[in-house]
Amino acid sequence: MDLIRVKNVNKQYKNGVTAIYDLTLNIKKGSFAFVIGGSGSGKSTFIKMLYREEKPTSGEIIVGGINVAKLRNNKVYKLRRKLGIVFQDYRLLPKLTVYENVAFTMEALGAKKQETRKKVLRALELVGLKSKIHNYPDQLSGGEQQRVAIARAIVNEPKIMLCDEPTGNLDPERSMEIVKVLEEINKTCGTTILMATHDKEIVNKMQKEVILLKDGRLIKHLEKGGYEE
Amino acid sequence: MKFFRMLGRSIRDAFKSVFRNFSLSLASISCITITLIIVAISILITFNVQNFTKEMEKDLTIVIFLDSNTTEEEVQDIKNKLEKINNVESLTYQSKTAIKEEMRKESDIFNEVMSSWSDEDNPLKDTFQVKVKEVEKIKSTAEKIKRIDKVSTVKYGEGMVDNLIVAFEAAKKVSYGMVIALILVTVFLIINTIKLTIFSRKREISIMRLVGASNFTIKTPFIIEGMILGILGSIIPILIICFGYVALYDYFDGYLYSQMIVLIKPEPFIYMISGIVLVIGIIVGMIGSSTAVRKYLKV
Ligand SMILES: Nc1ncnc2c1ncn2[C@@H]1O[C@H](COP(=O)(O)OP(=O)(O)OP(=O)(O)O)[C@@H](O)[C@H]1O
Ligand SMILES: [Mg+2]
Repeated sequence: MDLIRVKNVNKQYKNGVTAIYDLTLNIKKGSFAFVIGGSGSGKSTFIKMLYREEKPTSGEIIVGGINVAKLRNNKVYKLRRKLGIVFQDYRLLPKLTVYENVAFTMEALGAKKQETRKKVLRALELVGLKSKIHNYPDQLSGGEQQRVAIARAIVNEPKIMLCDEPTGNLDPERSMEIVKVLEEINKTCGTTILMATHDKEIVNKMQKEVILLKDGRLIKHLEKGGYEE
Repeated sequence: MKFFRMLGRSIRDAFKSVFRNFSLSLASISCITITLIIVAISILITFNVQNFTKEMEKDLTIVIFLDSNTTEEEVQDIKNKLEKINNVESLTYQSKTAIKEEMRKESDIFNEVMSSWSDEDNPLKDTFQVKVKEVEKIKSTAEKIKRIDKVSTVKYGEGMVDNLIVAFEAAKKVSYGMVIALILVTVFLIINTIKLTIFSRKREISIMRLVGASNFTIKTPFIIEGMILGILGSIIPILIICFGYVALYDYFDGYLYSQMIVLIKPEPFIYMISGIVLVIGIIVGMIGSSTAVRKYLKV
């Protein structure tokens, strides 16, 4: 079962830069895949096309049964509800507590209070932050903030998690903790995880599926492997 | 259930941002208030004018005096011609003899003076009294009648009626112009208020999109914010209508200048006007906010 199918995708930005050339790949349900490659190789562009932040110039992208390339603007939310998205810069709301930041997803989807509470607490437990639910983001370390962002991404039980350099701002130790949290989610919830990174150490240590991009082209797609250029 | 939960949240968010950007909200609200006060006063005046012109129309007649030497056939002829004029609703004829008799009955002095008049030297004239359908066209109707043979004079209290109608028409145009200009300014201010809210919540909105909030969920709080501005803006105008009009009505005892101009009774009139004012406020608020949403919230 391929949860993500990408076929002959090209992406050219409006300024004329081509970020992705003829990309074709499939990702199975339950995978944990690293998207690697040098700076400007097109990792972020690839991830953005999967959650329909960017549209491919040509080609086909199917995510969880949704034809992303053809998805109309006012239906994008249907795709987003199947995804959990995490960024390098956390993107938390500074005026909300940890609990409220995670509950924000549920509220935006119109969930009931009790259901929200149950799921938020479970997500925070999964990322190991249950003791800090009343803190504000600026009272947390970078690693903790990223764990809040992960909790917010998984609270609605998405099928797929897309992470664009989630460890980019963290020291090696915190980075490893974050990846362990993601691995835990992948194992216990069966969530398919796609993580763009250029952290060699992590990729080598984890020995997971690896998608290597270079200058917008797919160079290697390994079932299991380490970081290579 | 879910719909109402979301609506509740939208209303809460909308109220929050009205107070978060209070100075700009206040500018919008003041502008709506001024606009609606003028709208309300215009409506009050227009309805009252309509009301009493209708009252006046009932009383207003054109009186036609015929030449002294008019024969009975000619009277019949004139009658036929009058009936053919479009704006003529009804007419009554009184011969000079009939008028003389009537006047004699009215006062002893007339009776004495007129008793000596024979039909030949009766200086009075045969008259027609014409009621018109549309009082606005009374002038042209009078002129048409003047052109009929054997008609000597036509009277309809021209000065007063004409002046009143012209004055009200002018006032109407000025108030329409002002209301339209003010509505435009208000819409502009509301667009800016909502724009500021949208910008101050940019981060929140982008996260909402990211986690899969529907467009409806994202838009609604801003639309509601515009409606709230409209509602807040209509409070003072409504108070002015309710208390002001009642006070005015009581002060004048229901009439302006003798019995001629009758004011409309406050109830249920003021409730109707308040309703109209509230609806206009809400609509103007919605137009402003939905324009801002379309422009600055790319959903
Ligand atoms: N919005 C954009 N408009 C124009 N060009 C863009 C845009 N975003 C990215 N690019 C270009 O597309 C190419 C790929 O960029 P992308 O951000 O996908 O790389 P990346 O692999 O994520 O790099 P990094 O590791 O530095 O994050 C680059 O040449 C970049 O300059
Ligand atoms: Mg990138």
